[in-house]
Amino acid sequence: MTDADRPILETRSLAKRFSIGTRFSAEGRRTVHAVDNVSLTVRRGETVGLVGESGCGKSTLARCLVRLYDISDGKLLFEGDDITSKSLSELRPLRRRLQMVFQDPSASLNPRRRAGDLVAEPLRIHTKLSSAEISKRVAELFDLVGLLPDHVVRFPHEFSGGQRQRVGIARAIALNPDLVVLDEPVSALDVSVQAQIVNLLADLQEKLQLTYIFIAHDLSVVRQVSTRIAVMYLGSIVEEGPAEEVFARPAHPYSQALISAVPVVETTPSGTRKRIILTGDVPSPLNPPSGCRFHPRCPIAVDRCRSERPELKEYRPGRRVACHFPTV
Amino acid sequence: MILSVRDLKVSFRTDGGLVRAIDGVSFDLDESEILGVVGESGSGKTVSLLAVMGLITDPNATIEGSIRYKGRELVGLPARELRRLRGNEIAMIFQDPMTALTPVYTIGWQIAEQIRAHRGVSKSKAMERVEELLAEVNFPNPHEAMSRYPHQLSGGMRQRAVIAMALSCNPALLVADEPTTALDVTVQAGILDLVRKLRATHKSAVVFITHDMGVVSELADRVMVMYAGRVVERGSRTELFSDPRHPYTRALLGSIPPLTGEKPRRLPAIPGSPPSLLRLPQGCAFGPRCPVRFEPCEAAKPALGAGTHPAACFRVAQA
Repeated sequence: MTDADRPILETRSLAKRFSIGTRFSAEGRRTVHAVDNVSLTVRRGETVGLVGESGCGKSTLARCLVRLYDISDGKLLFEGDDITSKSLSELRPLRRRLQMVFQDPSASLNPRRRAGDLVAEPLRIHTKLSSAEISKRVAELFDLVGLLPDHVVRFPHEFSGGQRQRVGIARAIALNPDLVVLDEPVSALDVSVQAQIVNLLADLQEKLQLTYIFIAHDLSVVRQVSTRIAVMYLGSIVEEGPAEEVFARPAHPYSQALISAVPVVETTPSGTRKRIILTGDVPSPLNPPSGCRFHPRCPIAVDRCRSERPELKEYRPGRRVACHFPTV
Repeated sequence: MILSVRDLKVSFRTDGGLVRAIDGVSFDLDESEILGVVGESGSGKTVSLLAVMGLITDPNATIEGSIRYKGRELVGLPARELRRLRGNEIAMIFQDPMTALTPVYTIGWQIAEQIRAHRGVSKSKAMERVEELLAEVNFPNPHEAMSRYPHQLSGGMRQRAVIAMALSCNPALLVADEPTTALDVTVQAGILDLVRKLRATHKSAVVFITHDMGVVSELADRVMVMYAGRVVERGSRTELFSDPRHPYTRALLGSIPPLTGEKPRRLPAIPGSPPSLLRLPQGCAFGPRCPVRFEPCEAAKPALGAGTHPAACFRVAQA
């Protein structure tokens, strides 16, 4: 196995459950299966895109991957090392190699601290650099993400949305991480600014040899940045494969509906794309449907789908799908 | 002609000085026509439509120009008269349905209240109409949904309820402000379908505000692109998307990653960010970010020309 093929991060049947309510509430204590039986392998240098509707568990999964949440079941391996139940102090050296960028930079950056200070913080905590060395590194990072040197003294509110996200990114890459989890990093930005950040992320990946896990609900952005994508529905992965292939030939009926629903600019007067409109809403993860969890909304469901849950199986090298009747 | 807006200007007095949020916007809207208004945050798309609805009540705001609804001037109309129009002949759908619904009453009660406020019908008659409306916006079980509270519905269902409420009095004009932005694409597809269907059945004219070029290209008959409080380009959907003229429209269309075909290695991004309305440049507001700017752009603001497909750009005027 070459270095490039060795997985940097791997999950094995990972699950995250939340309990809600108390024994005194009307329904008693209940369990939400937010992430259920997710096995995902992330190789060095690639970008794995996670897509799905809101509530499908993609953000919960992301937070489990960097151990911001404790994992309820299954295993999480970082470079083959089991980190599922490592304590906080054991995790500390790993933190610098696993970073996260959040959706709303105005919420994830402390409004009372200056941008330079915010970017220096991880350096002060995790390294033994002197303050002069830290300032030098901060200047380097600002340059790397396309901010001006005099921006270090600004407060977060003095930046535009795009610049704020650049600060968030500078903070995440300050410690030279191996893996960065990006949770909707461009969703809060204006359309004209999104492309700048998408390009910046691609440049940084190349320069610093980063591995990304990229979450977004905008499918065209996910396609642009990802080498591989995983489609999630109700806490589980229903399809996985190389990004361009999955977009061109989705095998799972849910992926097909999801991709067909994206509005695209058409220059021809009448659209030629076929649209699959799903009926109903995403079922509650409190009370998931029997069998295949997609069956109540699936246009091709039969009796077998109502009783038997399909497993995520590889049907072609690199392509996995969880459906009894995939389009292959 | 349902709506005719001429040289609309809206300014706000702020601590930082006078902010001109809308600077000379004009447009017309015909019966059962869908007008798409595209722009980024701060482009003035929402403020211009709030002005049309008479919903700018800020004492620091000044509204100039003319807004004619079926020939009647709305600017300066007393609040009483406006209230009679709003919700009845002119309806609005907002981005976040949760803020448009009161959490303490059932969906059925809220829609019925609006019907009873504008039409003097009995409560039971109003409730019958509510059930019809909910069925029309594809509630799977309209009778049961009437007794639900907003928090018991999903985002898509809430937006459907708001649409049902907007349609309750058969409005001639429906203003939708980013109604699908907070929704998932699968739900959005259903809502867009619904708007199309309703235009056909109710003959309402629709102004659809969005930042998503894809949504506009699927829904609108005509499109208006706004930037920093001004209209930069206007045209029919086909004209605008097959032959975008303004550099901003072109750049915006270019910066959307494709969903099919070859992936570009880098996206053609627009440098910089939208300008602050407090510090607008002397000339063209898009000038500092424009790839084809030349001397005239710095001196004066280009006017939106006449014709069916005008663009406010000196380069376009020159060509």
